[in-house]
Amino acid sequence: MRPPGSSAGKRQGPATITAVGRSYRIPLPALAVLSLVGISTALALVFFVAPNDADQGFSQRIFYFHVSIAFTAYACFIGAAWKAFRHLTTRDPNADLESYVAVHQGVVFGVLVLLTGSIWAKISWGHWWLWSEDQLVLFLVLFLFYCAYFMLRFSVEPGPQRANMSAVYALFGVVLIPVSFLAIRLAKGLIHPVVFTRHGPNFHGWILLTYCVAQAALLVFAYTLYRLELSGKRIDSRLRELREVLA
Amino acid sequence: MTYVRDVAALARKDLLLELRARDTLPAMLLFVVATFVVFHFAVGDSPSRLAANGLLWVAILFTALLGLGRAFVPEREQRVLDGLVLAPCDRSAIWLGKSLATLAFLAAAEVVALPVFALFFHPLRGSTVLGVALADLGICAVGTFLGAMAVATRARELLLPLLFLPLAIPIVVGGVGASVVASPGRYLAFLALYDALFAVLCWATFEYVVTE
Repeated sequence: MRPPGSSAGKRQGPATITAVGRSYRIPLPALAVLSLVGISTALALVFFVAPNDADQGFSQRIFYFHVSIAFTAYACFIGAAWKAFRHLTTRDPNADLESYVAVHQGVVFGVLVLLTGSIWAKISWGHWWLWSEDQLVLFLVLFLFYCAYFMLRFSVEPGPQRANMSAVYALFGVVLIPVSFLAIRLAKGLIHPVVFTRHGPNFHGWILLTYCVAQAALLVFAYTLYRLELSGKRIDSRLRELREVLA
Repeated sequence: MTYVRDVAALARKDLLLELRARDTLPAMLLFVVATFVVFHFAVGDSPSRLAANGLLWVAILFTALLGLGRAFVPEREQRVLDGLVLAPCDRSAIWLGKSLATLAFLAAAEVVALPVFALFFHPLRGSTVLGVALADLGICAVGTFLGAMAVATRARELLLPLLFLPLAIPIVVGGVGASVVASPGRYLAFLALYDALFAVLCWATFEYVVTE
């Protein structure tokens, strides 16, 4: 997981158990409590406070989570690319694992986008899948792209070259997101003219507040999961190092 | 100037190798014509303009994949890549030289494939040819880059299509658009944008793929 140089010094004595990875200001339990409170508040607002949509009725409430999850997934992918960039430029020894975990969280949230989008499409338009939904198609493309990231990563021996290739591929991802979005918009023009104006719901009052709370809660939740997976992965690799020392 | 000479030397090496061994280009030519014949039986006698052009682009993409999968095989078998990385030249020159060589193979395959397509399916438009030329740049730039990645993995050639196809979706959109719609300017511009963006990205990051 980490470049061999960073742990070479610690191998001398089996008894030296040092802190794993970098230290954070906000402890993990606090984050867990915060995301629990945030998501509970968001659920309460979505189901009991936000008004029914005039057009689509009750089912429109999935929008608060669908859009927030999509935004969170983008945030994960952008975070992964940022960590990848850090790895390539500063050789930050933690950045490779952090980039990988961020991509992993992004894919998990991406699958949730596909699921919630499918449910919404089924209820609103009667089909589980619609090629006219830009967001859904984009997430399908990204899902394929980032699944190949895992194939790539697990097909190379752990080490600096794997870290480099994963980082470069994660950087390709953030360039692919806007390019694909543009492509999907253009592809619709092949069949019928592109309509850029959408009848957006008027964002005001409780709708805006509910959306913001749901968005913030999901971002905190994603960060909590990210930190949780990261600490698990670090303990794993530390354990492996200790076993190697003892063997 | 040395950079240009390095790139030219590397591209020349690949072209010379192909000229003597002849193992990539004949395969690509046979493959693309065979694909058209298969498509004919898949879609029937008179496919719509959109369907026929879609088939053309799928055929081009898969033919390119065939060539790209072979691109780094000689380097791997003879362990040339280690020598190239050690050579006192900019590492991105390796990518550029290889891209130019694969571009030459792909263009040669298309010189045959496009007239065959016109003969079998629909007459060609100028914008289609222009679109193919622009798309070739993007396909070779990104494909060569990913080929260098795939060759370093355990899965090797198996991985290349998985890495390449999601990235090639915008090329297909631009290419089919350029071949089908009445005013293809938007789609050609999109292809050019794709080429520029990804070529710069590949050029800047290739060093990290081949070094540790």
